Amino acid sequence: MSSKDVILDRIRAALADGPSVPEIPRDYRRGPAEADLDLLVDRLVDYKAVVHRAGTIPDAIATIVSGSVVVPPGLPREWLPVGLEVLVDDGLSPERIAAADGVVTAAAVAVAETGTIVLDASPDQGRRIISLLPDLHICVLRADQVVASVPEAVARLDPTRPLTWISGPSATSDIELNRVEGVHGPRNLHVILTDGENH
Amino acid sequence: MSTFLGMPVRAPRGVGHLRGDQSFPAAAKEALGNSQLRRNLQHATTTIRGKSGRVIAELPDWQELRSAGSALKAYTMANLPLLLTQLEEKVTAAGGVVHWAADANEANQIVTDLVARTGEKRVIKVKSMATQEIGLNEALEAAGIAPVETDLAELIVQLGEDKPSHILVPAIHRNRAEIREIFLRAMPGVDPKLTDDPPVLAGAARRYLREIFMRTKVAVSGANFGIAETGTLAVVESEGNGRMCLTLPDTLITVMGIEKVVPAWADLEVFLQLLPRASTGERMNPYTSMWTGVTPGDGPQNFHLVLLDNGRTAVLADEVGRQALHCIRCSACLNVCPVYERTGGHAYGSVYPGPIGAVLSPQLTGVEDNASLPYASSLCGACFDACPVKIDIPSILVHLRNQAPHARTEAAVMAAAAYTMDHPRLYASAQRAAKLARIAGRRGRGLPPPLNGWSASRDLPSPPDETFRDWWRGR
Repeated sequence: MSSKDVILDRIRAALADGPSVPEIPRDYRRGPAEADLDLLVDRLVDYKAVVHRAGTIPDAIATIVSGSVVVPPGLPREWLPVGLEVLVDDGLSPERIAAADGVVTAAAVAVAETGTIVLDASPDQGRRIISLLPDLHICVLRADQVVASVPEAVARLDPTRPLTWISGPSATSDIELNRVEGVHGPRNLHVILTDGENH
Repeated sequence: MSTFLGMPVRAPRGVGHLRGDQSFPAAAKEALGNSQLRRNLQHATTTIRGKSGRVIAELPDWQELRSAGSALKAYTMANLPLLLTQLEEKVTAAGGVVHWAADANEANQIVTDLVARTGEKRVIKVKSMATQEIGLNEALEAAGIAPVETDLAELIVQLGEDKPSHILVPAIHRNRAEIREIFLRAMPGVDPKLTDDPPVLAGAARRYLREIFMRTKVAVSGANFGIAETGTLAVVESEGNGRMCLTLPDTLITVMGIEKVVPAWADLEVFLQLLPRASTGERMNPYTSMWTGVTPGDGPQNFHLVLLDNGRTAVLADEVGRQALHCIRCSACLNVCPVYERTGGHAYGSVYPGPIGAVLSPQLTGVEDNASLPYASSLCGACFDACPVKIDIPSILVHLRNQAPHARTEAAVMAAAAYTMDHPRLYASAQRAAKLARIAGRRGRGLPPPLNGWSASRDLPSPPDETFRDWWRGR
């Protein structure tokens, strides 16, 4: 008898009393509700992300970083200011990615209420590793990608893709339960919020 | 292996960390004598209670989310065979390999064999309660494989050759000065000018572990959720060590308790709101990673999922106790518990401390192996109120007290009391005797042996000058 059969048999025996199966009450807020961009900005700033709303995307990026940036293969090139060294991820080594001054990606969805950005590894967001190793992550977010709450984000996402939910820069509360920004992930998170027209 | 149905099989002895070396009262007495520990705990639990309360108050539908979470867990337990089979199918279809482990020994063997097959001598680990429960690190070390804990608190515990004392913050019993001492003593290549400023300490961990992340080919993780409908696994974390372990290595081995399965993708909308606010007191934790099997060109190309029983089916067999399996390991019940706040986690002897540990550990091991834990509570009920999935911990505690072995004296005293109360004349003379005992001078010194165990930590009520019966007669 395999361990699978052993465990499944044990479970069936444990449930022999036929426990009642409840209806799931779904009366919590599931949306749709209007996404409040100001709330998103407030939440992002509260968790020590830096938000840029004015000007063009290249201008904003130019104020944040100089030197070299990693970008995923599908990132619109017109987002990047002239003068940056651009490393397109066509299978870059981890060492090369880690040595870059930053990474620029797009996003899939953002949640206003929690200040969360979700990446889904689409061509304009790239492999998970590129947004992890550099110490600076610049994320370009369109207003129409922002939803009000977590249920609306879950509904928009495709679970078969690798997903990374990001709420502020890397942090820990392991020392006396005080939040300290910056452990292993990027210590600096910049979000450029656009209306989709201003690049 | 016995397959006799209806006989619950507990977590085996001699492996893992579900049983303490001493009873809760003995261990608690030691902990209570450590004033530094009590200060650290009080500071930490007060901080987290405040943060959590503030972000929970932001949600107008917190109670509705709790009810949904509770019902989802009950639904999951009632449909466990179907959901686990579905999870296996989906993970396999997405390129992963699923293993089933009936107990800690089998899980340790599976993981050790998988690592040995890669030829690697070191694994990086994401904080995982399941792998602590089964003693995976000891099993790997015995096979010549070095496990490196990458969560900051777990690293503090590992470098300090210490034991974890909290589900979420395993080093909650250490303050910054102690952490600095541990890093200076045990972290290879640490800067001798290290200060005890938390960002400086976190920076030291970043430098030490970065090199290890870049060079280690195998990772071991736990899982917060496994979605049956899609085969998606989720790990919730803060530091990015989880992302490193889940992204950089060639091989990923995930050990997940069978109760962690979630029916549908959409159900995450409930748990992703409940967990961070109840746990770290954040609207959302900094990082959550989700993956389904293997993604070509992105992340580990070999993925193994180990589904662990180790006594969980025995918990499931208990009609009252089975709701302990609903736990999402947020640790809110620890942070509100007046007992935990004073004794800390080590006193519970198991990797699962606090109120949830007091109901989970005895059920996983059998109550006889953790007989004092159901009593490690004042039954104040704060844990029930704090639980994001509404586990009625006080009711399970009382239920388990009935199952725990009781001393013969206790049964004899209770029988004598019942007989006395059934016979009015006898009861009246017993009341007069109590008054006499006061005059005889035992007052304030508790009961004589063999009953002194009961009064060691309780004040005996003083008998009244005049009983109600005497007053009634003389009226």
